[in-house]
Amino acid sequence: MTQGTETIDITLKVWRQKGPEDRGRFETIEVKDVETHMSFLEMLDVVNERLTLEGKEPIEFDSDCREGICGMCGAVVNGIPHGPEKAMTLCQLHMRKFEDGDTIVVEPLRARAFKVVKDLIVDRSPLDKIIQAGGYISVNVGGAPDANAIPISQELAEKAMDAAACIGCGACVAACPNASAMLFVSAKVSHLTLLPQGKPEAARRAIGMVRAMDACGFGNCSNERECEAVCPKEIKITNIARLNREFIKAALFSMEK
Amino acid sequence: MKLDARIPSGPLAEKWDKHRFDLKLVNPANKKKYHIIVVGTGLAGSSASASLAELGYNVKTFCLQDSPRRAHSIAAQGGINAAKNYPNDGDSIWRLFYDTIKGGDYRSREANVYRLAQISNHIIDHCVAQGIPFAREYGGLLANRSFGGAQVSRTFYARGQTGQQLLLGAYSSLSRQIATGRVRMFPRREMVNLVLVKGEAKGIVARNLITGAFELHEADAVILATGGYGNVFYLSTNAASCNVGAAFRAYKKGAMFANPCFSQIHPTCIPHTGEYQSKLTLMSESLRNDGRVWVPKKPGDTRPPEEIPEQERDYFLERRYPSFGNLVPRDVASRATKVECDSGKGVGPTGYAVYLDFRDAIKRDGREVIQRKYGNLFDMYKNITDADPYERPMMIYPATHYTMGGLWVDYNLMSTIPGLFVLGEANFSDHGANRLGASALMQGLADGYFVIPYTIGGYLADVTPSEVGTDHPAFEEAAKEAEARIKKLLSIKGGRTVSSFHRQLGEIMWEYCGMTRNESGLKKAIAMIQELREEFWENVIVPGSDWDYNLSLQKACRVADFLEFAELMARDALTRKESCGGHFREEFQTEEGEALRDDQNYCHVAAWEYQGEDKEPTLYTEPLVFENVQPSQRSYK
Repeated sequence: MTQGTETIDITLKVWRQKGPEDRGRFETIEVKDVETHMSFLEMLDVVNERLTLEGKEPIEFDSDCREGICGMCGAVVNGIPHGPEKAMTLCQLHMRKFEDGDTIVVEPLRARAFKVVKDLIVDRSPLDKIIQAGGYISVNVGGAPDANAIPISQELAEKAMDAAACIGCGACVAACPNASAMLFVSAKVSHLTLLPQGKPEAARRAIGMVRAMDACGFGNCSNERECEAVCPKEIKITNIARLNREFIKAALFSMEK
Repeated sequence: MKLDARIPSGPLAEKWDKHRFDLKLVNPANKKKYHIIVVGTGLAGSSASASLAELGYNVKTFCLQDSPRRAHSIAAQGGINAAKNYPNDGDSIWRLFYDTIKGGDYRSREANVYRLAQISNHIIDHCVAQGIPFAREYGGLLANRSFGGAQVSRTFYARGQTGQQLLLGAYSSLSRQIATGRVRMFPRREMVNLVLVKGEAKGIVARNLITGAFELHEADAVILATGGYGNVFYLSTNAASCNVGAAFRAYKKGAMFANPCFSQIHPTCIPHTGEYQSKLTLMSESLRNDGRVWVPKKPGDTRPPEEIPEQERDYFLERRYPSFGNLVPRDVASRATKVECDSGKGVGPTGYAVYLDFRDAIKRDGREVIQRKYGNLFDMYKNITDADPYERPMMIYPATHYTMGGLWVDYNLMSTIPGLFVLGEANFSDHGANRLGASALMQGLADGYFVIPYTIGGYLADVTPSEVGTDHPAFEEAAKEAEARIKKLLSIKGGRTVSSFHRQLGEIMWEYCGMTRNESGLKKAIAMIQELREEFWENVIVPGSDWDYNLSLQKACRVADFLEFAELMARDALTRKESCGGHFREEFQTEEGEALRDDQNYCHVAAWEYQGEDKEPTLYTEPLVFENVQPSQRSYK
């Protein structure tokens, strides 16, 4: 069935933690006959099937769309959020990138603001709280002008789209030594502030979102650029520069407090 | 019971306006006295939650995932249709209406579809105001592209991530309402039962997926926006958590299920490779704008594609459908692909794939242009298959993608249970037997932003607010029902995993109730499903407990529903003795192998009513009346 089926044997060192109060530990699992065409998460599925039949509890992990867009999956693989491949979510990582005999270490996306729910699952709801603090344009349904009423240059639309591509997976937070959510915040601030529709609330947005980020327990940015390196959607750190500019502009020159 | 679709009288183009005037209003000061539950946060659920809260209602919104932003609408790639006619190429509300009715093979309601086409333009306006970064021309105006089933360019898009951007727009509006307190958001919750009091929907039982606790929520109306049932096929382009559970709970409480056999197979997906496979990945339909679909003319030709000369290639879509070519609708393209593969001309290791070739487009426009249009899709393809589509044609095969059937709703989007509304893919209403590309996003947002805010008011105006509390015995009873089911699943402790049952169910459905169906196959499928269901309840193993996060348990509940639902689907397919859209019965085809409708006997919606465990459901029909278009044989030649 499978084209040129190749299999490898690997050793998984995977984080097991019953709940937020549990201390957690690494468990070593030998996994034989892993087809290299599998995705990383399909490999975990297979492991879980085997664990289930052995009467053990499967490894809990989050994933949903399995095509790199929902932002639900994510774990730290061999020290890197979403694993070793550039510009890719964990669900898009394939086992052909590993060698026979490899040991693979799998941990949750760790950050002070992300509590471990179970095993590899963390609570990323603080990212939602940040969006609730201003990551929107305040328009109600009805009464919008014709969509072509305000021309927006292609360049600007593309730039906004680059920032809007963020999937909210939280890898940037897990990669940052300060567990900062600045790349996440800056992506939303950039997307909305670049567009004319987002300008009226720019000051309120920048201040509100940064304040919410602080309140949730995320750290600040010290230009380590780890976030940019692991972002599956290649969100650029220049967005953080834009956020800083928007924030300072708002703090110094606007009425927003 | 007679199904009353409550379609307003009067000329087609004036029905919605007239209806909006006729609907009762809830006084602005009274809106805050009403509570509405919304289950699901895809395009329909998020947009409904946001727009109802904007009006002043109290909304409680539930989703399975850790955040409302993750719902599967996010994965829609290609675009959203609207009748703006910006390109000046002959589009109009009427044309969008006509294309959608025809695309659905005349199995949808004229009034609903016309309303959808009317609303389409407002959706684009609203989304631009929300800051959706749609693609633009150099002059700064919005760009459009063409899509399968249409001869005009009416599709708005944001690269290959239109669904993501529209969902994040709806999510941002929802987030704004959460911040105001008018929406209370409950993530990682699964609706495990619907609560009826005196036959009206008055709340739900939700299971907290982290603690396992059952939570009771009362409301004056309940909205289901819980998506489709494509995962009944196990392998589909849907996300892993997509399920029929909430809709099926409603069905068991008396909401009728309409046209369950109408499922859509998308022609351009990455082919199946191995048993471990967890999903099939869609390659956007937009690729057919520039990619040419072909197979070798000679069956069993194993030469690599670049060694097959032009005259030995069969561009079968262009050959069979000269006027639409590679852009024929999804059902037509899928079936044509199956025919080629069944005749031995398929390519790839399994023989169940055809080529989608960009060689000519790259030659014509240059690699850079193609990269700008499809770069992310090409990268995705390369990553999954380890083959480079710039160098070699893609290999594709159809996969289950969308389901047109769903809970029956009237023109107000209310099901047969008063107070239970159903939006988006979860209802059956607008796409007939086949959905056109870029129309799902349009329908989800139309329902949520522009229809439900009006129609729910018409219902609530006659309801006394907060009449029922969770202390009503119906809540306790509904929670007990749900709990008993979960306890039972955990107690079986058999020898076969949930996924293994699901995979087998998928194989049965794909084989006998997939792209083509026939009477003996469907009868066989029903027997096989019943057998499998019996084995499931005796031999499934669900590890873990019910008081912490347990994905296997969640899956077990969903697969248990699919095992019942699958039978309903096969039964509907068996009963509909005609071919239309995505429902292709081998016994009913034209000489050229196209779908042969039977308008005399089947020009209706088939709605099924649950009669109890192990009893056959009862079929009701709603006749479809065509006053404005003349049903004809769908031709894309």
